[in-house]
Amino acid sequence: MMPLWEVFIRSRNGLAHKHVGSVHAADATMALHAARDVYTRRGEGLSLWVVPSNAIVASDPADRDVLFEPTASKIYRHPTFYEIPDDVGHM
Amino acid sequence: MYSQALNTRETDTSTDADSSRFQARIDAEERIEPNDWMPDAYRRTLIRQISQHAHSEIVGMLPEGNWITRAPSLRRKAALLAKVQDEGGHGLYLYAAAETLGVAREELVDQLLSGRAKYSSIFNYPTLSWADIGAIGWLVDGAAIMNQIPLCRCSFGPYARAMIRVCKEESFHQRQGYEIMVTLAGGTEEQKAMAQDALDRWWWPCLMMFGPPDGDSSHSDTSMRWKIKRFTNDALRQKFVDATVPQGHRLGLSFPDPDLRFDESTGHWRFGAIDWSEFKRVLAGDGPCNRERLAARRRAHAEGAWVRDAAQAYAAKQRKVA
Repeated sequence: MMPLWEVFIRSRNGLAHKHVGSVHAADATMALHAARDVYTRRGEGLSLWVVPSNAIVASDPADRDVLFEPTASKIYRHPTFYEIPDDVGHM
Repeated sequence: MYSQALNTRETDTSTDADSSRFQARIDAEERIEPNDWMPDAYRRTLIRQISQHAHSEIVGMLPEGNWITRAPSLRRKAALLAKVQDEGGHGLYLYAAAETLGVAREELVDQLLSGRAKYSSIFNYPTLSWADIGAIGWLVDGAAIMNQIPLCRCSFGPYARAMIRVCKEESFHQRQGYEIMVTLAGGTEEQKAMAQDALDRWWWPCLMMFGPPDGDSSHSDTSMRWKIKRFTNDALRQKFVDATVPQGHRLGLSFPDPDLRFDESTGHWRFGAIDWSEFKRVLAGDGPCNRERLAARRRAHAEGAWVRDAAQAYAAKQRKVA
């Protein structure tokens, strides 16, 4: 069975690589070629990454609350939490 | 590009808290991602629909591929080659989306080659003249766009994202087809007759692409409830007819339907009865080209086996060296 690779494209200079899909290929070089053919036929990118799918470790959606809920209660991490006198102006 | 799998329905049997939470997420227009909990029937429906959509793209390369070497100019040839390459790309985006649901590519390919999986009925019709390439781009891709735009908002994230890429590319397909029709319709009497003949042969099969009429299903429409599908077959078909009939008249061509008329009161074009027995026959495997299409796919897969084997052998050897 051909290994699966996740494909990431940097669409413009200054932007981060973004996941676009996946390809099957025997090795990294062929994965890059396949990603180029499948995902960039119209100038979609300036740079490609291919990553073996099984190298990605993902968080479990069931753990979403445990992982991310605590941040919601920490409103003091946001600038709007703090009172600044109006006459100070924009800060 | 074509999603007839939309028309088969799956009964949802899960009734527990999980599935009501799932439905609440769908109702709130949240996207479902591959690792999220989902009812088995939702997963099965999507695997079937996305993979059949992918198969349609791949088989859809064949009728047009038939004319690449005989395109009338280099411009037309380059465009057709790019279009057919796009169809291959669309098939691959969609297989990748289906695989996120836990099915292997090999299994999906095997389902197509063994004849267990369906693909759009439209690709079982032959491309007899160059004008058919114009008609396919204009009509078949036009119908596909009607079907596919709502799929960009499908509840399953990877499918919706793949469809956004597909739709961006599809517009070129329709415009290149219509341009061919404009050229032929404005040409010699013989060319005009070719354009008319192509419209005559493709019109009804294109209306069938949207699937059976809404009233024909006694199942509850779980695909609509799950927001996999957003509009009914008949609604999409009507939208296609309304958009396409004026384009055909602009070409100076006539539609092969004596009952076609504009309904002033509703603003819709009303069309005659569709021959659903033909649709069923073609889907069941008895269209003009069903056997030829599958034979071509099987041959391509078998003849490519040594390339896949060689690539794997080379990769294994490099790993050993390293």
